[in-house]
Amino acid sequence: MIGANGAGKSTLLRTLAGLHQPAAGSIHFAGREITHLPTHARVALGIALVPEGRRLFPSLTLEENLLVGARRSSAWTVSRVMELFPWMGARRRQLTLNLSGGEQQGVAIGRALMAGPRVLLLDELSLGLSPAAVRRIYDLLPSLLAEGMAILLVEQDVTQALRVSDLAHCLLEGRITLSGRPRDLSPEQVEAAYFGLAARA
Amino acid sequence: MAWLNAVVQGILLGGLYALFACGLSLLFGVMRVVNLAHGDFAVLAAYLGLAVITGLHVPLLWSTLAVAPLFAVVGYLVQRLIIQRSLEVSPLTTLLVTFGLSVVLQNAMLEGFSANSHSLPSGWLAAGSFRLTPQLSIGHFSLIVFAAAVVVIVSLQLFLSRARLGRQIRATADDAEAASIAGTDVRHVFGIAAAIAFATVALAGLAFGGYSSFDPGAGTQRLIFAFEAVVIGGVGSLWGTLLGGVVLGVSQALGAQVDSGFGVLAGHLVFLAVLAIRPRGLLPGRVT
Ligand SMILES: Nc1ncnc2c1ncn2[C@@H]1O[C@H](COP(=O)(O)OP(=O)(O)OP(=O)(O)O)[C@@H](O)[C@H]1O
Ligand SMILES: [Mg+2]
Repeated sequence: MIGANGAGKSTLLRTLAGLHQPAAGSIHFAGREITHLPTHARVALGIALVPEGRRLFPSLTLEENLLVGARRSSAWTVSRVMELFPWMGARRRQLTLNLSGGEQQGVAIGRALMAGPRVLLLDELSLGLSPAAVRRIYDLLPSLLAEGMAILLVEQDVTQALRVSDLAHCLLEGRITLSGRPRDLSPEQVEAAYFGLAARA
Repeated sequence: MAWLNAVVQGILLGGLYALFACGLSLLFGVMRVVNLAHGDFAVLAAYLGLAVITGLHVPLLWSTLAVAPLFAVVGYLVQRLIIQRSLEVSPLTTLLVTFGLSVVLQNAMLEGFSANSHSLPSGWLAAGSFRLTPQLSIGHFSLIVFAAAVVVIVSLQLFLSRARLGRQIRATADDAEAASIAGTDVRHVFGIAAAIAFATVALAGLAFGGYSSFDPGAGTQRLIFAFEAVVIGGVGSLWGTLLGGVVLGVSQALGAQVDSGFGVLAGHLVFLAVLAIRPRGLLPGRVT
């Protein structure tokens, strides 16, 4: 899901996660209507959000941050998350305040994984990260997809997003203006949809 | 020797203040709710204790087994049905709502139990004491109350730092929305925190009732002591609340030693001094 600043990407993800109520329409997941389900119940069904700005718990240690996300039915445990992010092991008892942006993003992803999601909603993974950290985070995505989970990725960095996705949507003022497989979309089409040029012309 | 005695009695009294204040501290630390009805709920607990003691002919200690769990349930319901709704409107609304609760409780107790003051028959506990020296003795009852305060605060701290639910409470206190996207049922967690806070209020109310007489309006004065203990100790820290209660108790006892009418005032002065010199309290905590 790509789109300019203020296009409504975060609002869409937050609505899917249950943090906003849609003014109209309904949300269905795995054959079930979830429009009025509270957030924690959606997590139990398998919808996990990694929010914009990461939103870690500042007074909890790294490991405790992960454990808050834990669910009994989930196949993900602290040790499995730490296999994915090997650097975490040595720093499990530290507060997350002192971690780098990329490491904090790792903790936020790990916390979402602990719930054993069927769909992972990722909001602006690359925000405020160094290029190297962005690459490391993006390199993880294929292994998560291989687990069988779906990923809905929100990204302002269009090239990055189109590179990793099977299906791309462009959002403009809360509406999808372009959809398709990245390889079927021309750069001009994407640019027009992204900036709303077609609408204005 | 008289001064040493005052310090010792002050520390013991401070345990009671800490026991009374930790529920206030917990509710504020976890959901930023200042419960203005805190003192009135403590008085209500004392009346319920009185009913249990006289109705079932059990001693004061046993009545806690009935009143504290009952209050935990009341706390959960008050949170879910009343405070939560106001919390979702605005933080200021919770002040108005708990103030309203306080007025309703005071008047309901006046209606139900009359304006006469009562005290809880604490039996052998009230009379018994350990005589350490001819001038220094420690009452059984105040020692039990102090021990209860320490046990409650230590176990609460252990629960918050070790238990899964305690971790969820801390996470929710940090960022309720983030806790919900991590799968926490935030309203239930708030309800649990309120249940714990109310159970401690019940213990404190019964302890107060064993210490001194109470009437339907007694809650307001006590609420001030709880506020002072929380602020002296540092908002959001349970250890701080214990320390704050002890500092307040010792100040009052030493003040009363100077002049019998000076006790409560001395407590207020120390409170103001701490507020002026260390506005974040003696042991400012992170959360809870
Ligand atoms: N469907 C919608 N209907 C009405 N208002 C919306 C809708 N979606 C978003 N908004 C409003 O648009 C503004 C920007 O939304 P949002 O933060 O979701 O954008 P964004 O695409 O995530 O932007 P950024 O790239 O800066 O993170 C917000 O004020 C939001 O309330
Ligand atoms: Mg956004």
